[in-house]
Amino acid sequence: MSLRNVRGTALRVLAQLRHDPRTIALVLLVPCVLMTLLRFVYEGRREVFDAAGAPLLSLFPLMTMFLVTSVALLRERTTGTLERLLTTPLGKLELLLGYGLAFGVLAIAQVAIAFGVSLGLLGLHVAASKLVLALLCVLVALLGMGLGLLASAFARTEFQVVQFFPATITPQLLLCGLLTPRQHMQSVLRAVSDVLPMSYAVDAVHHLSREATIGSALWGDLGIVVGFAMVAIALGAATLRRRTE
Amino acid sequence: MKLAAVEFAGMPAVPRVDHCPSADDAPGPASRPAAVEADGLTVSRGGVEVLHRSSFTIATGRVTGLLGPSGSGKTTLMRALVGVQRNVSGTLRVLGIEAGQPSLRRRIAYLTQAPSVYGDLTIRENLDYFASILAVGAADVENVLERVELSALAGRAVRRLSGGEQARVSLASALLGGPKVLVLDEPTVGLDPVLRRHLWKLFGELAAGGATLLVSSHVMDEARRCDELLLLRDGWLIAQDTPAELARRTGTDDLDEAFLRLVQDGASR
Repeated sequence: MSLRNVRGTALRVLAQLRHDPRTIALVLLVPCVLMTLLRFVYEGRREVFDAAGAPLLSLFPLMTMFLVTSVALLRERTTGTLERLLTTPLGKLELLLGYGLAFGVLAIAQVAIAFGVSLGLLGLHVAASKLVLALLCVLVALLGMGLGLLASAFARTEFQVVQFFPATITPQLLLCGLLTPRQHMQSVLRAVSDVLPMSYAVDAVHHLSREATIGSALWGDLGIVVGFAMVAIALGAATLRRRTE
Repeated sequence: MKLAAVEFAGMPAVPRVDHCPSADDAPGPASRPAAVEADGLTVSRGGVEVLHRSSFTIATGRVTGLLGPSGSGKTTLMRALVGVQRNVSGTLRVLGIEAGQPSLRRRIAYLTQAPSVYGDLTIRENLDYFASILAVGAADVENVLERVELSALAGRAVRRLSGGEQARVSLASALLGGPKVLVLDEPTVGLDPVLRRHLWKLFGELAAGGATLLVSSHVMDEARRCDELLLLRDGWLIAQDTPAELARRTGTDDLDEAFLRLVQDGASR
């Protein structure tokens, strides 16, 4: 493991982002606009805004990281830069950590701005620690990165990789407990939701927004989100093959 | 070209760490030890054999041309050499080490057919990144920029460059760190004659500085610029010779014709 390689890769990815200010602006501003929209959709029903707002905040890093990671890695695979990188001393783990660091900076900026607007300007109420909610958002960002990395392995074009978003993320949004509490779901759907990572992220948000204290159930949920993220990243890393057909 | 080959020869050795002593460290000009040795090299893709029992050597400090029509297996052979090709059997050693070993990654550079650089970054940002991975300094970046005559454009985004310029950015990043073995897949295809001549001169200088080059092309015309030739057809290595010896053996100066005669000889045998 060479920290120089990780740092070099992170700086390179950040330089690529810097050349694309429109993407940065969209990533940072869209969550704020959507949260504002939600706030006025539930004008006069603050309890609904509070209940839906916190889980929604945790979804933005998932969506953003999934999309930027899947497209960025697909580009590495299709433009031949990945093949070239794998003939150099750069390790796969160093490449992924570099990406994680650079996109992590983007995700943290996004979460910070969305939090500031939601909690400060829009008056979103979160019962428990806001810091733990922020931590959850960072973990969800990691999950989005892992899933995006994995999706990039199964797509040949950018058209395809973007279609993996409705294919893999939307079902999780439907089943994670955001629309209907998971315990009220039909048993088959409930069982499916039990093996989807976002269910645990939203469970954790529910703990955070309803209970003032932080219990072991919450840490358990966070642990499961991290576990899913690690498995997705490990599976994705396994698809970065040095030797190909 | 501002730099003499001798200066370049001294430059790359400095930041490099060689893990294993190898045969090319002290090459006697007379002996010309092999930088690459292949014996019974066979590659299959999708269950179909695309490179058949090829045995050859590539001399150190020479420009070896890998020639053959499109689809003859040139890229597959090069990919095997740099260790990114699956299903390789037989013996393939680079600098005395089995191809694909991690210790070779600092000493071998691979230029893919399509420019593999980041289009959204500037030329210098691209080179800075590859330099950081290879642990070479900023001076080396300036050096390779001069070698491919791109210093003046260094701040420009790669996607705004012409095809020939993009190809040179890709080549420049392959030159970083002064690799001992350069595997260049059709580096001159589609370039204008002036630029082609410039690049072949550069290849000659790199070889004079001690580097070993394997350069593929499907244009037979370029063969005469090589010190030695490997001729591939349908995955079979049909000749390994110097251009002069090939011309003598086939009785023609026209290398296109020489290739055709070799193919006919092979067929009639």
